[in-house]
Amino acid sequence: MHNFEYASPTTKEAAVKLLGASWGETEALAGGTDLLALLKDYVVTPKRVVNLKGIKELGGVTYTAAKGLRLGALVTFEEMLDNAALKANYAALWHAVAGVTSPQIRNMGTVGGDLCQRPRCWYYRAGYGLLPHGEDGKPLVADGDNRYHAIIGNSGAAKFVNPSSLAPALVALKAKIKVYGPNGAREIDADKFFVAPASNEQREYALAANEIVTDIMVPAAAGVRSATYEVRQKEALDWPLAAAAVALTMDGKTVKAARIVLGHVAPTPVLAEAAAAALVGKTISEDAAAAAGKLAVANASPLSRNAYKVQLASVAVKRAILQAAG
Amino acid sequence: MAEYKWPEAEKRQHIGKRISRIDGPDKVSGRAKYSYDINRPGMLYGKILRSPYAHAKIVSIDTSAAEKMPGVKAVKIINGKDFELQWVGHEIVALAAETEQQAEDALRAIKVQYEKLSHLVNDLERAKAPAASLRKPAEGVDGEPDKAFAEAGLVIHEGFYGNDVITHCCLEPHGLVTEWSDDKNVMIHPSSQAISGIGGELARALEMPASNVHAHMDHIGGGFGSKFPVDIWGIEMTKLSKLAGGKPVKYFLERDAELAVAGTRPSAYARVKVAAKKDGTLVAWESDAWGSGGVGNIGSPPYPYVWKLPHQKKTFQVVATNNGPQRAWRAPNHPQAAVITMGAMEDLAAKLQMDPLDFFLKNIDLTGVRANVYKEELSKAAEMIGWKANWRQRGAGAPGSTKTVKRGLGLSIHTWGGTPHQSDCDILINGDGTVEIRMGTQDLGVGTRTTLQIVVAESLALSLNTVKVTIGDNKLPPSGASGGSTTIGGISSAARRGSIDALNLLFEKVAPTMGTTADKLEAVSGKIQVIGDATKSMTWKQACAKLGVTPITTRGKQPGKDTLATGGVGGVQMADVSVDIETGIVKMNKFVAVQDCGLIIDLKTAESQVFGAMIMGVTYSLYEEKIMDDATGKMLNGNMEFYKLAGLRDIGELQVHMMTGKGYDERGVIGLGEPPTNSPGAAISNAVANAIGVRVPTIPLTPARVLEALAKGGKG
Amino acid sequence: MSKSDERLIETTNDTSGVKIDPAVSRRNFLKGSGLALSLPLMAAETAEAAEPAVPIFGPEKVAITLTINGKPLKAAVEPRVTLLDCLRNDLDTTGAKRVCDRGTCGACTVQLNGKPVYACSVLAIEAQGHKITTVESLATGDTLHPVQKAFWDNDAQQCGFCTPGFVMACKSLLDKHPSPTDEQVKLGTGGNLCRCGTYVGIKAAIAQASAAMKKGGRA
Repeated sequence: MHNFEYASPTTKEAAVKLLGASWGETEALAGGTDLLALLKDYVVTPKRVVNLKGIKELGGVTYTAAKGLRLGALVTFEEMLDNAALKANYAALWHAVAGVTSPQIRNMGTVGGDLCQRPRCWYYRAGYGLLPHGEDGKPLVADGDNRYHAIIGNSGAAKFVNPSSLAPALVALKAKIKVYGPNGAREIDADKFFVAPASNEQREYALAANEIVTDIMVPAAAGVRSATYEVRQKEALDWPLAAAAVALTMDGKTVKAARIVLGHVAPTPVLAEAAAAALVGKTISEDAAAAAGKLAVANASPLSRNAYKVQLASVAVKRAILQAAG
Repeated sequence: MAEYKWPEAEKRQHIGKRISRIDGPDKVSGRAKYSYDINRPGMLYGKILRSPYAHAKIVSIDTSAAEKMPGVKAVKIINGKDFELQWVGHEIVALAAETEQQAEDALRAIKVQYEKLSHLVNDLERAKAPAASLRKPAEGVDGEPDKAFAEAGLVIHEGFYGNDVITHCCLEPHGLVTEWSDDKNVMIHPSSQAISGIGGELARALEMPASNVHAHMDHIGGGFGSKFPVDIWGIEMTKLSKLAGGKPVKYFLERDAELAVAGTRPSAYARVKVAAKKDGTLVAWESDAWGSGGVGNIGSPPYPYVWKLPHQKKTFQVVATNNGPQRAWRAPNHPQAAVITMGAMEDLAAKLQMDPLDFFLKNIDLTGVRANVYKEELSKAAEMIGWKANWRQRGAGAPGSTKTVKRGLGLSIHTWGGTPHQSDCDILINGDGTVEIRMGTQDLGVGTRTTLQIVVAESLALSLNTVKVTIGDNKLPPSGASGGSTTIGGISSAARRGSIDALNLLFEKVAPTMGTTADKLEAVSGKIQVIGDATKSMTWKQACAKLGVTPITTRGKQPGKDTLATGGVGGVQMADVSVDIETGIVKMNKFVAVQDCGLIIDLKTAESQVFGAMIMGVTYSLYEEKIMDDATGKMLNGNMEFYKLAGLRDIGELQVHMMTGKGYDERGVIGLGEPPTNSPGAAISNAVANAIGVRVPTIPLTPARVLEALAKGGKG
Repeated sequence: MSKSDERLIETTNDTSGVKIDPAVSRRNFLKGSGLALSLPLMAAETAEAAEPAVPIFGPEKVAITLTINGKPLKAAVEPRVTLLDCLRNDLDTTGAKRVCDRGTCGACTVQLNGKPVYACSVLAIEAQGHKITTVESLATGDTLHPVQKAFWDNDAQQCGFCTPGFVMACKSLLDKHPSPTDEQVKLGTGGNLCRCGTYVGIKAAIAQASAAMKKGGRA
């Protein structure tokens, strides 16, 4: 990795001042599980790394039945795994946390870092850019080895999949992401936080270069049954091939409202609105869940080598629904 | 003349018991120093600039900026202008600097201009390979295959079976620490499977006397067949050390380079036609196969594997690809041959609507001299996995199957040689009663140290901890490279002979005192006594005291008198899997291995070898694939995130049964590291086919491939 | 330790003169000094004096002190140096291994404040002020920690290169869950990989160590 200068501020105000106004100059360091790999592979080459871990106010988990859950951006996966209120009230989130089977990653990795980690696209990681092109200018993903790439939302230049473990659950649970920057704090709906970039210079999330994630607010979820189902080949630490998070608001045995979110299948988490709508008013059954799964991938447009992921995403939705319904 | 033969079972004190490895405490405590852990005064860090292209000519190289970078002490062009680079990672420039970071910075300051040439990196679809990449096929015919296939009333199966390229992924990468002790002598700490030979190899490359290279290695973090040569980096780093005034240089490959260039297990793909009579009697085999191990030539896998069919027609074609060069991978070519052969056999059994176990037993005589061993092993394995209770016709689903999760069983048999390599050792018996064995061998983690201690202690009737084991240095008596499962036979035989000779010398020394002759003495439980008479004895310590300050030294050798080790084993494995037919994910339920290897020295580390082979087998069956990109020519998964290895919970329940005792011990010691590696791909692939009713042709059995096979329903 | 000691003394002396530079400017950002004060990157010369200054380290070598196995150890490293490389290259503490170097395989596992982490994915400079525990601290002389003893007894190592990391992961698992359930074992061991295939031994070792530690073995 290139050398850089390093600072470890203790307030978010100071942190923001240490960050550059345009992408590339600086990088924020939280858990480090992704950033260090990016640095080692020269995928990012900042002149300064700003360690956020010394900022106490970015920590802490609080939960009240009335206000819901507040996660500081630096809360680790392990803290979430061990949080009884989180497990009891936000099963989808807890499942996603428990899907990260490496205790080392859980002890290091943070909520904020999970949201801001960079795509695992192997062309991107090999230095061909976020929207990878070969030296001859030809795009690499569409005709290349795209077995792990997007099957939805992939008509633009971005064909990677959003790598966040927590994003599908947070979107399903209508979380808000609080961020802080030079102009103060603002709040972004979780489903607006992720964007498909149109150029290599853009990022895949709605932060400015000198903004940081400070809090994740998950609204109270009384009466909501939720689940995340990840299709992972291994039990040891492994990336999901597809995932789905589901939040069902129940009226007795009938679905009153539903949110279904696909993960690891598109450049952003995908809110499957038609599939969710189809569940409303229904009793959850194997058939209803399977039908919703099919609807969720109805607009899938697989690339040359990833058609199998369409089925995986559909199955993930079905299983998440059945799991949520218990 | 001395008798060396192994002691009878009832007389064995240590041999065949479950004994914990002697270097265990060093390994679990982090004290064990691997060559990668060696830090030397003033040590520099080496780095190598590697080709970013799969095929290119070097137009120019400019290292001037790198030479001026801070901390840089030596820069050397390995392959210069006009050199044709043949794979991504091919070596171009080596340099050494005071810190690893400085070395990396300097590497990036080297300017190289390339002329890109066309490349080929994948060979699954042979039809897409340009003619220039296709070598002339080798052909072989046994019997009268055309006539045999034309026979009336045969059941004929045709199918395709494949193994993708995988890599060794040794956890300790290839590399070394090298330095010039003075202007004539080199000291290296390599990570090597051939400590006795590696110094000489380096010396030849540097045109210096072999005895001027001293090689030492206490521990090695994995080899699996990939760590025999000194390698270009060993040579170039030693040259850099010279350029830097003899300073030590440490160079170990980065993980991406390790995976890309330091080990390619060749691919093997085959279209097979195999025929049997309606009663299941195997008749004829025909196959058209190809494979690739990089730009060089490779041999054909030995198929039909184990079965010696009377009529065979085979072709094998090498496809030259711009991939890192092939290296021996634990039982070279056998796992591939097993997947191709045993897959075709189980598919044929399915077509015959026969239980493959019955089909295998029906044809067992075609396995040759070890037919009875296979019979016993098949029966034992079947009992361990509950074959008769759990096996169902293909696609019917073994008990426990649900609508979406199908369970299936599969089996495979295998073979390997494992004859002993040449080996020398010195045995020392000291006046204070301590004993040492010194041998230029290496312990790859298989238990070499431990087995040496066991053999010497057994031969001298001593407790284990009386025996010191010194290995891992080319100044010790030479011993063969650890490859081909030849080590255990070689080292144990040499140790046995040296120990018996040393004991006889001790007998001669003490016989007069005991009022007898050496031939009337024996060693029993830490004593020297008159044969069969415990009342006429002296303790080991008392006996050794007669030596004064001059120890007994003997040289033990393999080969030598009395056959203590042989070669040739069988082995059976059976797998029980569950396949989620909605996701294509395969989970191991249970996996059993029954293995013979002659006389077992240490049952504990022997079983570990088999467990390890099975786990490596699960990994290569389900996860491992060196994914090469057609467009860029690069390995896309040159990391351990997407070059997937099984974790602790991905392997299911494993059981191992070692065939020992009467009928097995008499064969002497036989190597074990490789045979149990051969069957997993075939057994697991067969279990998946049994579970889902269709063949997934190529391993690894990824979700994508399982779903594709299900969608095709066995057609196409 | 000969070499590391020598270099350690040299480089520590080299950087002992580092101090906060009151005349910091954006030039420091590009050129770098051993240590400087923070400034907003874009607001070049107009530092706001109101807030407490945040020291900026590097990009040159920085003198750091790490608390490793209860002992303060000094090193001089650039900010980009990982805890793993600092341990192995500068402090000759080589129990933790460099294998994937990308936070996947677990061979570099150490504890940071009692919790298992990948040392390859922590910067040495950010590990200051935290309690770092490496595999070397577990055994007392020849007396192995129950987890280590269990690894040995159950032949849970072959080549042994993954072993120190696995020992640290398993110790961490049992520290947290003295009698781990299947699920806890899954979540406690999924961050480590072995190539030789020692998992059968490791599973048995976890069971043995769990029993031994409950019986009052040294934890």
